[in-house]
Amino acid sequence: MNQKKYNNRWLLPDGIDEMLPPDALAVEQLRQMVLKLYHSWGYDLVMPAMIEFTDSLLTGTAHSLDRKTFTLIDQLTGKQMGIRSDMTPQVARIDAHQLANTETSRLCYCGNLLHAQAEGLNPGRSPLQIGAEIFGNASIDADIEVVCLMLETLQRVPLANVSIDLGHVGIFRSLFEQSGLERALENPLFDMLQRKSIPELKAFLLEQPLSANKREQFHQLALLNGDVETIDEARQVFKDGAADCVAALDHIEAVAKGVQQQYPQVMIHFDLSELRGYEYHTGLVFAAFLPGQGQEIARGGRYDDIGSVFGVARPATGFSADLLNLYRLANLPLPVISGILAPRNSDPGLAILIKQLREKGERVISDLSNGEKTPQQQNCNQHIIHNGRQWVVNDIN
Amino acid sequence: MNNLITIALAKGRILKETLPLLERAGILPLDDLEKSRKLIFETNHPNINLVLIRSADVPTYVQYGAADMGIAGKDVLLEHGGEGLYEWLDLKIAPCRLMTAGFADRELPAGRLKVATKYTTITRDYFTQQGRQVELIKLYGSMELAPIVGLADMIVDLVDTGNTLKANGLVPQEFIMQISSRLIVNRASLKMKNRAIKQVITKIENAINPPVE
Repeated sequence: MNQKKYNNRWLLPDGIDEMLPPDALAVEQLRQMVLKLYHSWGYDLVMPAMIEFTDSLLTGTAHSLDRKTFTLIDQLTGKQMGIRSDMTPQVARIDAHQLANTETSRLCYCGNLLHAQAEGLNPGRSPLQIGAEIFGNASIDADIEVVCLMLETLQRVPLANVSIDLGHVGIFRSLFEQSGLERALENPLFDMLQRKSIPELKAFLLEQPLSANKREQFHQLALLNGDVETIDEARQVFKDGAADCVAALDHIEAVAKGVQQQYPQVMIHFDLSELRGYEYHTGLVFAAFLPGQGQEIARGGRYDDIGSVFGVARPATGFSADLLNLYRLANLPLPVISGILAPRNSDPGLAILIKQLREKGERVISDLSNGEKTPQQQNCNQHIIHNGRQWVVNDIN
Repeated sequence: MNNLITIALAKGRILKETLPLLERAGILPLDDLEKSRKLIFETNHPNINLVLIRSADVPTYVQYGAADMGIAGKDVLLEHGGEGLYEWLDLKIAPCRLMTAGFADRELPAGRLKVATKYTTITRDYFTQQGRQVELIKLYGSMELAPIVGLADMIVDLVDTGNTLKANGLVPQEFIMQISSRLIVNRASLKMKNRAIKQVITKIENAINPPVE
């Protein structure tokens, strides 16, 4: 065989990884723990399809997923299909169309995504997304609940010293509506605020037909970030602002208060020009940060209109995170794998004992080496021996 | 909580103007950055460290949070894309222009132009906006040589005094944009070390525009 030609066959595509023992087991245990947590908070598990027609996968609000989605052609229908690059729109579709509920529904999910291009700083293209969403409830309490559940998830992983960032897209939206600027300017302005490019923003504002006060408000919006005093400062800056603006500030403040009450140790940061996901978010936006990490480790927000393309616009709020990333960050002790080595013997008594042990959840390994390898070499700390009267489990000294 | 702030500085052209600015801001490295071979420098502020890296690496360090803040040219930022970064201040140092350059007396060939540059993203955007499709040749330095040896029809590069171009018989032609240096901040750092970061920003801001007494 031509060695050179075949020796890179083991290579995986860029950003595609696989899990080996014992990490795979640890991730699975983490996944079960998280889903059990969501179950205990009343969230119902859904398993959206791995692949869908792109016209339902890439709905209006999920348009930014366009370039992130792998596509292929369905040979049955000739229609284009996409492999999910985010489960949130899928879950929203399930809520709007499949469940067609008029009550509050709580859904959670966990599954692999595939990204055509790596997202942000993470080189991986196949994250394991976990998330929880509340549909059909527009209350502040629903927002508080999802932020708390995100914090609870991170705490249980466990990750310490998590801080959160709160923002509200309604402030920029109402400021822009009031300003009378052309719709075409919304995107460039949004972009400058999102990048907090203060020099560009100042130059841009000077070119626009704006009152000095409005100009100052946009400028201040970029600078309004910090601790809880930020909200008081914002009230000063926007004191002649629209009711929407005041309502947005009240909303953030109430969420912060509600979250702090349940998680007093978590540092809360406010950033009023944080507009991530501006295309589909309609209210509160939030993210969780960890010291030493250059980007957020979990994020979410309110997106009340996403279901409208499927017939029902339901209030929606939720969060998601990459479980593989959380696992790596947590640096968990690896599960200790041990077991009971069973000799190869056709005695029915032995078979019964093995069956009983396995039913109790013990790991019983049949000695395929026929005694050539020691129990330790086969990752076992116990073995089954015949003591003259019966088969018993003995510790290995 | 750890409030150590690391500022990434670009080696070379920008550094000469960065150090006096930092000095006016009251941030003084304990060693001589231009002489020492170290890469990490402590300053007179126990919570501020400096790292010295290649200018094109500054956005990457800050993006990943390996440095909380950085000083980088707008050219490097545009080329990098700037995702996850805040471009907080225009430091108004190391100003220059990004321009196309070529031979004054030579007509450009018809058809697709070959353009040599370090700035492939900016160059592609510039020509695309003009409705011109060009063939890009990525080079890492000594751009002026490319048209002379026939590797490219023109180049896109930073022009400061224009002396290097002149010495090689080239002239600056189309103006693409004005470039100066920016203070950039990592998104997560601003959220986790807000107070400390804002103190540094204020210091540097006052060094650019001294407050009126």
